[in-house]
Parts: sequence; C-alpha cells; structure tokens
Amino acid sequence: MGGFSRFLLKRSINMVIVLFATLVLTVFLLGSTMDKILVDAIRVNVVEEVNYNRDLRFSTAAERQHYIDEHTDLQVKTLGLDEPWYSPKRFTNTVLKVMILDLGKSNYFTSDSGSSNVRDIILERVPNTVLLFTTSTLIITVIGLYLGAFVANRSGSLWDRLNSAFAVFSSSFPTWWVGMLMIFAFAFAYHIFPARSTPLTPPSDPAYALDLLYHMLLPLITIVIVGFWSWAYIVRYFVVGVLSEDYIAAKRAAGIPEKRIVYSHALKNAALPIVTVIALSLAGSFGGAIIVEAVFDWPGMGKLYYDAIGALDIPIIIGLTYVSTVIFVITVFLTDIVYAYFDPRVKVA
Amino acid sequence: MTAAAEVLSRYEIIREFRRSKSGLVGIAILLSLIIMTIYSAAAVPLESFRQWNSPNFWIDLPKAAAPVWTNFGFGPKIPEHMVLHAADDASISSSSEGGIRTVVHSYTVNFNYDSYPSDFMLLYSVRYGGTQPVLQVDVLRPDGNEFQIYFASLPSSQQGGNNEFSARVFSTDRAIEESLRDYTGVFAYRQDPSRPQVMIFADSQENKVLKGTYVIRETFYFFEPNDSVLDSGVILGGKVYGLMGTDELRRDLAIGILWGAPVALFIGLTVSIAAILIGLIYGVVAGYKGNRTDEGLMRINDVFYCLPTLPLLVILSVTVGQSIFLITGFLVIFGWVGMAKISRSIALQLKNLQYVEAAKLMGQSDFNIIFRHIIPQLLPLTFASIAIAVPAAILGEAALSFLGLGDPTIPTWGQILHEANTAGAAERGLWWWIVPPGLMIAITGLAFALIGNALDAIVNPRSRRM
Repeated sequence: MGGFSRFLLKRSINMVIVLFATLVLTVFLLGSTMDKILVDAIRVNVVEEVNYNRDLRFSTAAERQHYIDEHTDLQVKTLGLDEPWYSPKRFTNTVLKVMILDLGKSNYFTSDSGSSNVRDIILERVPNTVLLFTTSTLIITVIGLYLGAFVANRSGSLWDRLNSAFAVFSSSFPTWWVGMLMIFAFAFAYHIFPARSTPLTPPSDPAYALDLLYHMLLPLITIVIVGFWSWAYIVRYFVVGVLSEDYIAAKRAAGIPEKRIVYSHALKNAALPIVTVIALSLAGSFGGAIIVEAVFDWPGMGKLYYDAIGALDIPIIIGLTYVSTVIFVITVFLTDIVYAYFDPRVKVA
Repeated sequence: MTAAAEVLSRYEIIREFRRSKSGLVGIAILLSLIIMTIYSAAAVPLESFRQWNSPNFWIDLPKAAAPVWTNFGFGPKIPEHMVLHAADDASISSSSEGGIRTVVHSYTVNFNYDSYPSDFMLLYSVRYGGTQPVLQVDVLRPDGNEFQIYFASLPSSQQGGNNEFSARVFSTDRAIEESLRDYTGVFAYRQDPSRPQVMIFADSQENKVLKGTYVIRETFYFFEPNDSVLDSGVILGGKVYGLMGTDELRRDLAIGILWGAPVALFIGLTVSIAAILIGLIYGVVAGYKGNRTDEGLMRINDVFYCLPTLPLLVILSVTVGQSIFLITGFLVIFGWVGMAKISRSIALQLKNLQYVEAAKLMGQSDFNIIFRHIIPQLLPLTFASIAIAVPAAILGEAALSFLGLGDPTIPTWGQILHEANTAGAAERGLWWWIVPPGLMIAITGLAFALIGNALDAIVNPRSRRM
C-alpha cells in the first residue's frame, strides 16, 4: 500500500473514532436526562389520546389515571425504555438515533414552517451559519493573502511591524466582544445597521434574501476585521520563506518585475499551505461561532445553541453538538488530506 | 542542528528577555494586574465578592448608572448618585431639654448638577423602648429657605424592651408630599409637591436646578434615656456612580472588574500550567518510548485534537457542573494536545543524544531518564508554552461564562458580559457595561501572549531560525 493511501486510511479511521467518541461522550453525559424527556413525551401523548378519544370513558379519576399509567408503561416497554440507557441495546440504539438526528421533538423551539421536530429545526439553521462563515472566511482569506504578501515584501518596515502588532492584539480580543462594541457603535451611536440580525420580513417574502444579506453585514464585518490580521501574519511567514528560495532569486535575476514575483509567483507557491491552514483553523473557530451568532442574534445554529442552553432543551443541545462535530471533523479531515496530498513530508511524519 | 545545542542557560534567557520590548510590556501589564489583585484582596470587602449575585446587597446603588467621570466634559452635569452614611458623612450633635433628648444627624450635600436627582431615600435605624421616638427631617437650601419635609413618630415597639427598628423613607412617601404643600408659596411659579426631588432642589424664581450646598437634617426626638440612633443615611438618586458605573442589577462594576482579575489569573494560570505539564510528560513519554507506545498515545492525541472544544465544554458544564474548579478541569482536558505534539518531536531528537544513551547504558530507569535528563532540557520551552496557553484558557472561561455556564457564585469578566448581552446593553448604549470587562480579558490575554512570544523567540529553536 502506498504512503498516501495508508495516510488516508489512518485519517479516516481517526475521523470515525472522533465522531464515535463525541457521540458516546454526549450520550454518556446526557443519557439519563434524555430518557426522562422521552418518557415524559410518551405520557403527554397518552394523556392527549385519553382527552380526545371519545370512545374512552372513565367513571372515576383513579380509573383514568390507571389507564394512563398502564398505557405509558406499555409504550415504554415496547420502546425498550424500561432498560437503563447504558444497556448495550439501548446505547447502540441511542447512538444510531443521534446519528440520523432522530431526536424527537423540541420542547421550546419550532422551525419556520412550524415543525417542532429537532431535525427540521436544526437543518433549517445550517444554511445561515454556513453562509455567514464561508463568506467571512473567503473575505479573510483574500485580504489575508494580499496583505500578507504586501508586508512580506516589506519585511521589517512600519507596515510589517504594524501588522504583527495587530495580529497579536486582535487574537487576544474575543470576537464576540468586538461584536458587542460594533453593535454599540453602528446600531446605537450611528443607526447604520440593525442591532438584531434576525430579519423581520417573513422567510416566504421574496425580499427576505436581500434583507438577510443586509442583516448579515455587521456580523460579517466584525468577523473579518478581527480575523484578517493574524491571517496576514501567517501568510507573511510563508511568503517570506518562499521569497528566500533559489528559484525566486533566479526570477529576480531574469528581470521579472518585483510585483509580479511577489503577488504571482511567491503567493501562488505559498497559497496552498496557507489556505489549508486557514480552513483548519476556521473549522476550529466554529465553536466560537456559537457566541458570535448569539451576540448578533444571527438566525444560525450558534444562536439556536445559545437559546437551547438557556432553555435547557436537551434534544436540541445533543443534536447541535453532533452536527457541529460532524462539520468540524469533516473539515479537519479534508484539510488534512489536501495538505498531505500536496506536501509529501506530512505523509512520512 | 539538534535541539540540545539550542538550550540556553537561565542567565542568557533573562538577558535576552530584557532586550525584548514586547516581553517587558507584557511583564508590566501582568504586574499591574497582580497589583489590582492585591488591592482588591486588601481594600475591597470580601463581602462584595460573596454577595455579587444577591440583589439585596446592592439595593442602595442606582440602576445602570454611567461612570462619574463622564461628567468631566463640557456637557450638562448629570447628578451623581450619592450614598451617605452616618459613620462617614454625618455630623452628629445631641442635646437634651426637659427629659426630651434630641439627636441630629446632618448631611451636607454639594449639589452642582444641571438636572434634578431621580429620587431620594432617607434611612434610619433606631433602638427604643416603650415610648415611640419622633423623626423630623429638614432641608436647608442654599437660598436660605428651610423645608421641613417629614415629621412622624416611629411605630410603637412590640416588646417593651429594646426594640431595634430600621426603615427607609422614600421620596414618594405621602407624608413628604403633604409637608411640602406648605412651601409652594416660596416659588414664583407653580411647583408640584408630589415630585419632592424636583421641588426641594428647584430654584424659587425660575424652573431650574438651584445649585449650591444643601443640608439635610435627620432629627430624632427621644423620650427615654436608653433610646439611641444606630445608623442613619441619605441616598440621592443619580444617573452616574463610581469609577465604572453600575449595571442593570445595581452592582458596582468597578468591584466586579477588580474581582475578575484574580479569578482570570487563577483560571488562566492553573489551566495552562496543568495542561502544558500534562502535554509535556505525555509527549516526552511517547517520543522516548517510541514504537507501539508512541503510536497508541499519538492516536489518542489525534482524537483529542479533532474534538470540537466549545460544544463539548457546553455539554460538560450543563451536565457535570459549573463550579470554577470543574471548569478549570474541563479546560485542561482540551488544552494539553498541542504541547504533547511539540514535546514528542523534541524528545525524539533528544533521546538519540549521547548523554541519554550513556544514561541508558548505565542502567538508569526510563522514569529517571525522562524526568532527570530529558524534561529539564525542555523547561524553557515549557515556560514559554505556559505563557502562550494562558490567553486561550482565559478566553475559554470567558466564552463559557458568556453562554451563562460559568460559576454562578463568582464574578468573572465573561459573566458581566453575559449579563450585559442579556440586558441588551449594546443596543441601549450602556458602553461602560461592555467596554471594561472585554478590555480586561483582552489585556490579560495580551500580557501573557507578549511574554510568551518573547520567551518563545528566545528558547524555541524553530522560531529562532525565522
């Protein structure tokens, strides 16, 4: 087997282990709470059935209660909920259920279409999160690449030192705090952007998409201005490395203009590792997205997570933890692969 | 080039560190944070730390008031919130005449603001026996007018003996309105006695604030020899208070910010020291032992590397608990991974050096070789890594607190921001509630990042080559 395919295999196994470990840990920590919620849901169903079924008549309250208890127990037994959550059968069952997001109903939240199914609620939010974070990643990458190449060419200049200073500075700031300042500045002091990023137009309205984009601007700007400094710094590190290579010296000797050498040749050669590093690290910052969305009230997964924590809606919390793990792990996996494919040293190490 | 060749003596490290400007800035910030910690431990009562989340403790302060220094500009001066207590601010005199003893607590207030106080409160606490004392409150205005605003006997004591009685008279009290009705003639225009905070502080000729020195006198008439005043006070409600203002729950933010410093330093340092040491030993063991051990340990490391930190932190604190020690533990779980990778790669180089091989041939145990020959070589790098890991730990705790999952019994900067966000402070323009806590988080992180980067540039062979 070749080095690359062995690497691929290793990484895939690792990915599966990580997904499974997260799942097991989540179920392990929340298993008993989930059971309680499921049994409660069954009881509510039975009570509703008793209330609405005209054929069922009871002479006393005790008899009615007895009927409810009996039927609840029956359903609990059929579903296997009488066994503890850590019994092998139940455990595998729960893990499988989480995997296909079959988490029942949320107690507090509904999707735009009115469904309280956990899967509907979560899947409805995913595109918004992806939209905000891919857009900001793209912008950060572009600014980072050009600013990085710009300062790499002026290594040691004022611009370079300014960029390094801002890189250290901006990475100490919590992005969500800068978000609060931005809301203060551009929603309170100057009414340029709305303070809450959830659009007021209903999703069925044709103007919704435009409104959503307008509401996205403030969180987008915040993420970009906090993010690009340190990326420019990293790009600079790579480009400086490339600029000291022999082939660049050869190009210089051949009389190719300096601008073209930096922005075209050096940047092109440095870009790949940079892009993968950026993708990897932004996958890592995905957790931070929870808070940024909460601050701006952006209708994505992070905001839902924040609200679910506030209301202690366990099914939603489990579902979101799983979905964000999947997104995170897959991003890490893909970046690893791409990186390894282009950089043979990784495979050996 | 081997890592060992790069190991510097302690003296050299200190000398090089002194030359790094950013490192020294970091040290300066850190020192001022430590001074803040010592100051808060010595000067701020510990009670304010324990009672941070109990609303009763902060009842005397105003709601969402801006810092006092916002008044220093050219704009209109907003009244400052004043809390005056007998012990510090009152001049006390007493006299007795024909079996009636009179105790006077008089408070001098310099009122030079451009708008009226939002309200006021008169506090008193008295011990008396069978006969009820009488409380009279007068205000002497700068223009020489004197208003008697309150005159009432205290409620009759339940037990005949010594009965302690504490109460507050609010500016909305009907009795004050009734008393003020007698003075409407003083004003050249119509004054409304149902707004005593305006009427008392208003100019008699035109409708504006009468600036100057006011004397508020609380006079107690006692009819029994053992009766006494335990405490009294005056609170003038204002819109600015203290060095850093207050939040929606009336808490003095300066105290919260002060107490946040030791908490942040504790979390940052404990988490980073524990995590880096674990990572160091883990990585060195993996690198030194090699083969199967290395493979196994590094697979586990890979798994941890791929875990999404914040979602799992959330799950852990929702289910396991939210005490500060637990949170510290959770952060350690996710913090050691990077250091393990670095120390493993260095241990791989070190274990082939001659002195390590010699030690092995002399029959020293693996434990001895790891702890006496390999780890000491890695100590400078360890210190740098600890400093670099602190900001992440502080940000991690702040993030958890911001989500409302921090330790509820302790004031932390993240928690202050959480409450600010819940109360919509940014949209309402309460900037003093947002800027200081976040700035403190950033500055603390920055201090350690600067120290860490400066150290790293000296001791880490890879950054030296850059």
